Formats: sequence, C-alpha cells, structure tokens
Amino acid sequence: MNATIARLLLQRFALALVTLLMVSVVVFAITNLLPGDAAEESLGQAATPEAVAALRAQFGLDQPAPLRYARWLGHLLSGNPGASLLNGKPVAVLIGQRLPSSLVLAGVTAAVSVPLALALGILSAMLSGTLFDRAVNVGTVALVSVPEFLIATLAVLLFAVKLRWLSALSHTDEIGSFTDFVRAYAMPVFTLCCVIVAQMARMTRAALLDQLDAPYVEMARLKGAGPVRVVLVHALPNAIGPIANAVALSLSYLLGGVLIVETVFNYPGIANLMVDAVTTRDIPLVQACAMIFCGAYLLLVMLADILAIVANPRLRNQ
Amino acid sequence: MKRFATLPPLAMLGLVITVFWLLMTVAGPWLAPHDAAALVDDDVFGPISARFPLGSDYLGRDMLSRILFGARFTVALALSAAVLASTGGTLLGLLAATAGGWIDNILSRLLDTLISIPGKMFALMMVASFGSSAPVLIATAAIGYLPGAYRIARALAVNVQAMDFVQAARARGEGLAYITCVEILPNMIRPVLADFGLRFVFIVLLLSGLSFLSLGVQPPDADWGSLVRENIAGLSEGAPAVLVPALAIASLTIGVNLWIDNLRGAKDA
Repeated sequence: MNATIARLLLQRFALALVTLLMVSVVVFAITNLLPGDAAEESLGQAATPEAVAALRAQFGLDQPAPLRYARWLGHLLSGNPGASLLNGKPVAVLIGQRLPSSLVLAGVTAAVSVPLALALGILSAMLSGTLFDRAVNVGTVALVSVPEFLIATLAVLLFAVKLRWLSALSHTDEIGSFTDFVRAYAMPVFTLCCVIVAQMARMTRAALLDQLDAPYVEMARLKGAGPVRVVLVHALPNAIGPIANAVALSLSYLLGGVLIVETVFNYPGIANLMVDAVTTRDIPLVQACAMIFCGAYLLLVMLADILAIVANPRLRNQ
Repeated sequence: MKRFATLPPLAMLGLVITVFWLLMTVAGPWLAPHDAAALVDDDVFGPISARFPLGSDYLGRDMLSRILFGARFTVALALSAAVLASTGGTLLGLLAATAGGWIDNILSRLLDTLISIPGKMFALMMVASFGSSAPVLIATAAIGYLPGAYRIARALAVNVQAMDFVQAARARGEGLAYITCVEILPNMIRPVLADFGLRFVFIVLLLSGLSFLSLGVQPPDADWGSLVRENIAGLSEGAPAVLVPALAIASLTIGVNLWIDNLRGAKDA
C-alpha cells in the first residue's frame, strides 16, 4: 500500500516538474515575442544599427530562440537569472530582499484564514438551511465577486480614516513589539483573508454537504445521532480529504490577492516588486518573479492533488 | 414569458443590475451630464450633492459622467474578451471532443499548460511585453480565460456525445458538422452560458485589477478600476470618488453572479 502511495506521489511530483518546464517555455515565449528587444530598448533614441548589433551580441540576442531559452533556463536554475535592466542589480538579490516579507505575509494570512474558514464552513454545513447558513452563503458570494481593492479601500476607510486605529500604509520596517506587528499586518492580512476565507468556507461547506448526502450519514441519523454528532463524528473525517484539497486550492488565490494588497498598503514584498518591474518593463525581473509565482501556484495545486490522493483510497487506483 | 415571471427575487435583481449596466454602456455617454474630461467643480473630491450626484474627482470632474463614460471600457472590453474566450474555448472543446485522438491530446496538453499560469501573472507578463492597449488587454483576458471554457465545453461535449440520440444521428449517416451543431451544441448551451457569465465576472475583475495597478486602460481613457486608482488620495477624506467606481464594479459582478447562480440552479432542478 505504501509503495503505491509513494509511486503516486512521485508521479505527481514529476508531472508538476514537467508542467513547470512547459510554463517556463510559455513565460520565455511571451516575454521574447516582441519585435523590439532589450538592446534597442536600453539604447533608446541613440540606437544606431551598429550599436544595437553590438549590444545584441553582448546580450546573446543574435542567437536562435531555442538556444536563448536553454541559456535562460540554465541561468534560472543555477540561481542567477540575470541583472535588472533598470538599475543593473542582480535579479536574485532584488528578489532575495523581498521574498521573505511576502512569505511572512502569506504565512500570517494562512494561519488566520484556515481556522476561520474551517469553522465557518463546518458551522454553516451543520446549520445548513438556517438563517446563519444563508447569511454566510450570501456574504461569501459577495466577497468572492468583488475586487480585492474594494475590500482594501473599505478597510482603510474604516480602520485608518474613521476609527483611526491603524495607519493606511504598512510599516514593516519599524516592528519592535507585538503591537507594531499587529498594526503593520492587520489590514493587509484582513484584506487577503476576506478573499480566501470566502473561497475556503464555501468549498469546505460543499465538501461536507456532499458527505451528508451519503447513505452512511442517513444510517447514523436513523440510529438517532444528533446533527452535531453526525457532522463532527461521521461526516467530517470522511470530508478531510476534499477539505484539505480545498484549503490548498484556496491558498493559491493568495497569489493574485497579494498583487493588489502589497500595492495598496505599499508592503515591501515580491508582488510589489513585480508590479514595479512590469511598469518599467524590466523583463528579466518580470520573468524571474513570474516563475516564482507560477512555481508556488503549481506547488499548491500539487499539494491539493496529493492530499486528495492520500485521503481517498479510491483515487489510488487511477 | 412565464419563466421570466417566476424568477426568484435575487436572480431578478441580478438581471436588472446586469441589464442596467449594459444599457449604460451603450447610452452612458449621451446620458452623462458633463464631458468626462470637463473640469466642472471648483472643489476637488467634492461630496455627493444635487449638482454632482456622485461627487467630483481629484481634478474637480463630475464622477457620474466619469462612471458613465467608464462603463464603455469596463463592460465593453470585458464583454468582448469574454465572448472571445467562451466562443474560442467552446469551439476548441467541441473539436477536441468530436475529433478525439491526437487533436484532443495536443489541445488538452497545450491548454493545461496555460491553465497552470495564474490569470493575473499571465496578464502582467503580457502587459510587460506588449504594453496595455485595448487590443492587448482584450487578447490577454481572452487567452487567459479560454482554457477554462475549453475544459468545460470538452467535458460537456464528451458527455453529450455518449447519448443515444447522437449515436442514432451517427447511424443515420449525418455529417460531423450536423451532429455537432444540431445534436450536441443545443444540449450543452445552458451550462456554457452560465460559464460565459462567470468568465465575464473574472475578466471584469482582472481588467479592473490591472487598471487599479495602472497597468490596464491608460489615460486619458479610464475604466472603473482606473477611477479608483486616480482618486485613491481622496480615501483619507472619505471622498465618494474612490468608493463609487469600486462599488460600481462590485454591483456589476455581484449582479451577474446572482443571475448565473439561478441559471445553474435551474439546470440542477
């Protein structure tokens, strides 16, 4: 049995690696399709044909695309994705400065949102059909369908402007105490939580309700088990797999959310770095950031897959 | 008509909001009391008043007019992209399901790769490489959301294809085009329409998110996302100029969602 699981896990891992490789081809293709290239761009108005040709040779842009792709991938894998076109600093250094802050933000958000979403989802499945359930349902539909920046601006309006509890920008560089930490993270984390808690709670509720339709639940009910016992003791253990799957998938929505949140609160993370890189069309930096985000996304999707397999023996036979 | 009258109230509300914004997209510029660029208020970030029903923006322009002109960009851009994504995805899905074999394999592999790139990442890369003109934005959203439409259409078509009436049509000797258009397509149109609505919502959120990052619709044009961005300084005064466009987007996306939820529910019933 364990050998089967190990083989399946290896398969998923290999599949994720192949997908990541194909994603890297797409990333490279999109960012290299333009007729104009980095050489012309960086010379600007002063571009004489000779200067452009010399610079193209220096960047290796005169070589065929597959060769350039192979070289780019090699640099990326060796941890040296090149230098920023804007200020010449190594991309690895720029990202290294920002990545930890983004990971902290994601970690804090996950720590707050997962328990909250599970509680909401399980409660509304237990109280399915009641006013509470319907309120949670309408609330989560609304949260899923509004733009992140609406939630962020409403949060600023409420907590920074009206109540004056927090500053409108996140000051992560002056954290000296727990209070400072809460002040810096409260609003970004609140905004991100709104987005993913809604997703997670809906999927948790759906996974549980799915189990509640099963014959063994009806058996438990006929046996005289109360609604709380039916959900917590009978349905929940069987729904762990789909719920874990839902949690991992919902966390991948963080990747889109941080783009807006880091910008609104001027949080010094990698999403903010990428938005700046896109604005200045700093292609090497855009490529590296995009690969990090796509890698993280694939990791979460793979995790969701694996959790589903581990929790559900029937999927092991595929 | 009977079906229309028995719509649940929430779906009715969603339909009314959706139709309202569609009408505003067409008629907005004629209804707008001022030109979108006209400086009409001496006050910046003016409050809601009789003269300026939605306040004024950071330059003293009428927000109501800016919203009405902006509907063109928010609704029309997203609508064209959603139509492209859904028709493209549905056609490719139908092709993959009916042709099968290597065509199906290649299409599925290719689009699975695209689906592994989060939509916003794809959009950022496109904008970094090609700029953010309207055609680039439409193409970006259409390509980004095509794989999802493809998956759904392919799965639906594979299911419908296994039905007896399709087998019967085959046995009658009908051509592939006839079977696809007359037997398969009508039987999957409802979920495809619901999916189209969902895709429209995603695209509205994507494009307004890009504009909010100053990477979408570029000045002097402005969609609702740009309106939020350019007035963000008014947030500390609680100016309506920041919230009104954000709420306009929310009303559009929630409205469409309420309407699709009903479309889906009716399918299940």
